[in-house]
Amino acid sequence: MLRYIARRLVLTVPLLIGISLISFLVIHAAPGGPVEMATDLNPKVTAEARERLRAYYGLDQPIHVQYVRWLGRMATLDFGQSFSRDGKQVSEKIGERIPVTLAINVLSMLLIFLVAIPIGVYSAVRKDSWFDRISTVVVFTGFAVPTFWLALLLMILFGVKLGWLPISGLVSLEYDSLGLAGKIWDRTSHLLLPVFVSAFGGLAGFSRYMRSNMLEVIRQDYIATARAKGLPERKVVFRHAMRNALLPFITILGLSVPGLLGGSVIFESIFAIPGLGQLFYQSVMSRDYPLIMGALVIGAFLTLIGNLLADVGYALADPRIRTE
Amino acid sequence: MGAGTSSIFRDFLRRLFRNRLAAGGGIVIALLFVVAAVPSLVTDRDPNRIDILRILAPPSAEHPLGTDELGRDVLSRMVHGGRISLEVGFVATGIATAIGLVVGLIAGFYGRWVDGVLMRFVDIMLCFPSFFLILAVIAFLGPSIINIMVVIGLTHWMGAARLIRAETLSLKERDFVAAARAQGAGNLRIIFRHILPNALAPVLVWATLGVAGAILVESSLSFLGIGVQPPTPSWGNILTAGKDNIEFAWWLSVYPGLAILVTVLGYYLLGEGIQDAADPRLKGR
Repeated sequence: MLRYIARRLVLTVPLLIGISLISFLVIHAAPGGPVEMATDLNPKVTAEARERLRAYYGLDQPIHVQYVRWLGRMATLDFGQSFSRDGKQVSEKIGERIPVTLAINVLSMLLIFLVAIPIGVYSAVRKDSWFDRISTVVVFTGFAVPTFWLALLLMILFGVKLGWLPISGLVSLEYDSLGLAGKIWDRTSHLLLPVFVSAFGGLAGFSRYMRSNMLEVIRQDYIATARAKGLPERKVVFRHAMRNALLPFITILGLSVPGLLGGSVIFESIFAIPGLGQLFYQSVMSRDYPLIMGALVIGAFLTLIGNLLADVGYALADPRIRTE
Repeated sequence: MGAGTSSIFRDFLRRLFRNRLAAGGGIVIALLFVVAAVPSLVTDRDPNRIDILRILAPPSAEHPLGTDELGRDVLSRMVHGGRISLEVGFVATGIATAIGLVVGLIAGFYGRWVDGVLMRFVDIMLCFPSFFLILAVIAFLGPSIINIMVVIGLTHWMGAARLIRAETLSLKERDFVAAARAQGAGNLRIIFRHILPNALAPVLVWATLGVAGAILVESSLSFLGIGVQPPTPSWGNILTAGKDNIEFAWWLSVYPGLAILVTVLGYYLLGEGIQDAADPRLKGR
């Protein structure tokens, strides 16, 4: 097992290099670099000043030289310095933002599990019942709802009409003056809508997936055996069927990382949450090359780790899968 | 293919329309295309006519879905915006399907190192947080409608490629391929006349669902302000105005989203229906 993990980790290196190469080429080949963005609207900037700025950023070099330099720095985990005014290290900027995005995604994953698994199991066990039909319709609607629209509707309902929940940011302005309970509630209330919205899309997919896994498992011989030997139905469903139906879930979990990251751009922009998605959006808008590259590579790395964890988890949970 | 094709197709259509949800989805999509092609069926108003006296007017007889922040008729903007969403969905998915077909057929048919190289490339593409990549490329190239279509197409072909590769792998071992080869058919003829037609049903299902996905991506981009640019209307950018005026004008937020929901749902139901009709054995899964 350890050897398998080690081999997979080694394999992520060429993948990451491939991903970074494509990103680098795409980003640098595009018109309108950071120097143009910063100086085009300023008539006082001379041509020499632009050249100086370009040389300062290292953008005067041929693209392959720039890539090799970048790769060399990456080898020592140095993401470089952001082009933005504050001139912070890219790793520092990303490091500040990741916990927020990660926390929201982990919370919404938990919510998805808590809701999707029971729905999937129940609608598979009671296939074609009213519950199954209604949940199928709801699930399809869930697939089709644009998350940002759902966010807007919830903001109108809970934020504007009812005034129960705040609609932007992570904490209120008066956060520092609140007591402990007030602080906890303040944070929770700011997270409720974002977590719900980011969970909603996944809810549909996961419960549908759980349902079809359950239907598959229920047809197996060992379920018939379990029933034949007189086990109560509850035990058959939860002990024998559900545990097996949960296995492929692990894989899907690992594969959902890119979607979650992409989704974070949207809901962080709507709810004004200072996370990775919002940082990426800002870096793209200001052509902050080191930051864009950093975010893309980190995103790809998280995806690869997600895939690896999924495969390892699957192999651990299901002895039939051999890793050698 | 040959004499039996038309009756197989008729069977397929009969099964498709017996499925009420799929038929409903198909009808919704057809209606949307009709309205997009002939907007005057619904409204004669100019989607770009500014009316300073009626800024953010709630729905009324004159403006059934209200007006936006410049006093433009929301219904008319939605009708014209729908046309753009449908176009983007269609063209982007067309591009993705074409790339997926070529990559999948080549990888599956030639196998060995060709397959290895192409599938590793697919793996790399799948590791991108694709929305990050789309965002970066569109922001750089400028948000024209053509760019949006091309970039969505270029970042969404991997599913189709994997699907077609798997189909090709199993089809190329079939007897009819051996028979064609025995008759002296070359590789290209086998790929295009024998394998491709038999792999089309799953591709059609994939493409139908793909259109829905592309419409969602386009509307998200437009909502973030890097998709379709005003004054050209799109469902996504009307929603941006809805967000900016969230405290005063609910109609700007509610209706365009509803349109996206209905369209995407229509494509999903149709896609599921095609799948069931093309392969009745899978029904109920």
